[in-house]
Amino acid sequence: MPANTTYLAHHFESLEKQTYAARLGMWLFLATEVLLFTALFAGYGVYRYLYPEAFREASRGLETWIGFVNTLVLVTSSFTVAMGLERATRGDGRGTRLLFGASILLAVLFLGLKAVEYTHHFHAGELPGRFYTSDAVQGPGGPIFFALYFLITGLHAIHVVIGMTVLAVIGWRAGRGAYAAEYHVPVELGALYWHLVDLIWIFVFPLIYLI
Amino acid sequence: MNPSLARSEVPVWNPRNYLNSPETGLKSWLLTQDHKRIGVMFLVATTIAFALGGVFALLIRIELLTPGPTIMSAQTYNRMFTLHGVVMIFLFMIPAIPSGFGNFLVPLMIGAKDVAFPKLNLLSFYVYVAGALIALFGMIQGGADTGWTFYTPYSTTTITKVVPVLLGAFILGFSSILTGLNFIVTTHTMRAPGLHWTRLPLFVWSIYATSVIQILATPVLGMSLLLVAVEHAFGWGIFDPARGGDPVLFQHFFWFYSHPAVYIMVLPAMAVISEVVCAFSRKNIFGYKAVAYSSLGIAFVGFFTWGHHMFVSGQSAFNGGVFGVLSMFVGIFTAIKVFNWTATLYRGSILFATPFAYFVGFLFFLVFGGMTGIALATVSLDVHWHDTYFIVAHFHFIMVGATLMAFLAALHYWFPKIAGKRLPEGWGLVAAVMIILGFNFTFIPQFLLGNEGMPRRYFSYPEKFWPLNVASTAGASVLALGLVIVLVYTLVALKWGPIAGSNPWNSRGFEWDTPSPPPPENYETTPVYTHGPHQYDLPGVETPPAATPEPKHAS
Repeated sequence: MPANTTYLAHHFESLEKQTYAARLGMWLFLATEVLLFTALFAGYGVYRYLYPEAFREASRGLETWIGFVNTLVLVTSSFTVAMGLERATRGDGRGTRLLFGASILLAVLFLGLKAVEYTHHFHAGELPGRFYTSDAVQGPGGPIFFALYFLITGLHAIHVVIGMTVLAVIGWRAGRGAYAAEYHVPVELGALYWHLVDLIWIFVFPLIYLI
Repeated sequence: MNPSLARSEVPVWNPRNYLNSPETGLKSWLLTQDHKRIGVMFLVATTIAFALGGVFALLIRIELLTPGPTIMSAQTYNRMFTLHGVVMIFLFMIPAIPSGFGNFLVPLMIGAKDVAFPKLNLLSFYVYVAGALIALFGMIQGGADTGWTFYTPYSTTTITKVVPVLLGAFILGFSSILTGLNFIVTTHTMRAPGLHWTRLPLFVWSIYATSVIQILATPVLGMSLLLVAVEHAFGWGIFDPARGGDPVLFQHFFWFYSHPAVYIMVLPAMAVISEVVCAFSRKNIFGYKAVAYSSLGIAFVGFFTWGHHMFVSGQSAFNGGVFGVLSMFVGIFTAIKVFNWTATLYRGSILFATPFAYFVGFLFFLVFGGMTGIALATVSLDVHWHDTYFIVAHFHFIMVGATLMAFLAALHYWFPKIAGKRLPEGWGLVAAVMIILGFNFTFIPQFLLGNEGMPRRYFSYPEKFWPLNVASTAGASVLALGLVIVLVYTLVALKWGPIAGSNPWNSRGFEWDTPSPPPPENYETTPVYTHGPHQYDLPGVETPPAATPEPKHAS
């Protein structure tokens, strides 16, 4: 079994167990990521309860179309990542590289749109806490909304960048034939991470833009 | 000729072990992926942190020797108790047993060659070191004066260097997460054939429960500490009432982690004790399933009790009552363990060695601290004791007392396993008596002080509290001396101690199935388990045969 000798680490007895361990570890890691964002979502919930009017007004002032397009962009990138994984299961490393590359381009588009949006906020003075100079929303609710807005979307953007790096490294290695049809766990784990980044946005979008 | 034998200068029972194989240089330690070496590095690092935190504690006790200023200013005093708390909790008690002893023992106990992710394990150590250095940098730059709880709004407005300390704690959290993740996956996937969950050593069960808490609670703490740091640095106003923020929300976030964190400290202590009580009464545990599942019970209920830290923060009386009742559930699970441990002793063949002495101390501190905890979970009583020395004494008993006893029991029980040498039994008992008595003399006066109304974290106090404060400082000196004795004879034994042999305690814990110190790959052939650990009633389970060649004895 060439696959076993190439990919099996010394302390595992079989490739199946190693794969199972890697998957379990990744799912646990994803759970910690979810909890990291859960703290922020909980904070958002509390302040929305305290300042319902201000949050509604501040949310209405956002450019919903950018959020909507960005949602489409991220969902498409998840789709290309899933196709890349499907290529990897058939041992087509070059196909994986191509599709992961497409996902990275979509992620760049996402970050670009986000940057446009951030620039608009800066010009309008819609900034966190003591930097808030806009007069669109009265009272303390507006500055707090934008503090949470920048924290949540900023942390998400950091995750997008990390995810792009992961996809780049794995896609590049896949293109060089580092994985095979019988062993493509890193591709699978990288794809899982990207899906999580996407999924978090699926929660962020309605929370911040729609309701 | 075995090359590693030729290289080995140290006379040991097992000539080819993880200490001298495959290499002995500093580089081979710093880049190792061997869980045993990483465990030892964690033990060394956490011991240094413990010494540092101990020095802060002694400075606090010296300052409180007289009612007025003694050796430092009020500002320095505030920094001292903050640094004492931060160092002891984040740098010593959370990582010491899981990352130190846990790393060393979990793979040995489940018959594995290593943890599931050895590289992640090493990363966890360096993340710990990085977090510790950043926190240390903050301390040298002036430290923080907020208390280890970092309550807002004070923590976001203080002029002290709270940001590096917060970032240090944030980074340390990731070390904790990585270790917990590794242990969960290891326990699920690396168990040797025949080692069902019902045969798993109780140490592994308890470490598993700890890991669950580490994974689920630490990210929330990381986020809330980061929010405080952002607010302190940039003034974003999340927790600032002047900008419409809610400071009590921080308390909720903080205790959502930090209450379960108490069980991150106590569950590993219970893990150690469950092994020690079996080995030194030569009996299997009385109620295996009860002890195993109560660990999970504590881990679960621990997530729903955080509000008992906030009885006076303005939460409703109904919330207070609910959190109070839920807190008492922890007492039920703890009592299940205590009864099972004591029932294990019944008709056992007890060997009153140093680890057993610490077991006795543990039982006292756990029960005494636990009962005061039940009292504190009663809302009406807590209003009287809140933020007094009664609280300080309570959590030192249950958290520090229990964890410290278990840490020392583990050190004495597994030192032959880790280093292949024996610790001096006589000095061990002397130090144990000093530590246990010193601990009591330090904190029992603080129970009394708190009940009389002395608030915690105060720099000076009225003269009527003087005698009990002197008693507390005297106790702390005895405690410190006992710990210094342990440190000295451990270091001496490391070099000159007598050779321990493979299994000096004749223990039937699984980790003793392999020679001491273990070979780098733990087991030459993967073991197959047909029974649980500590089956002293089974015939034919002899101690492992003597290694050849016979050990050279250190003179």
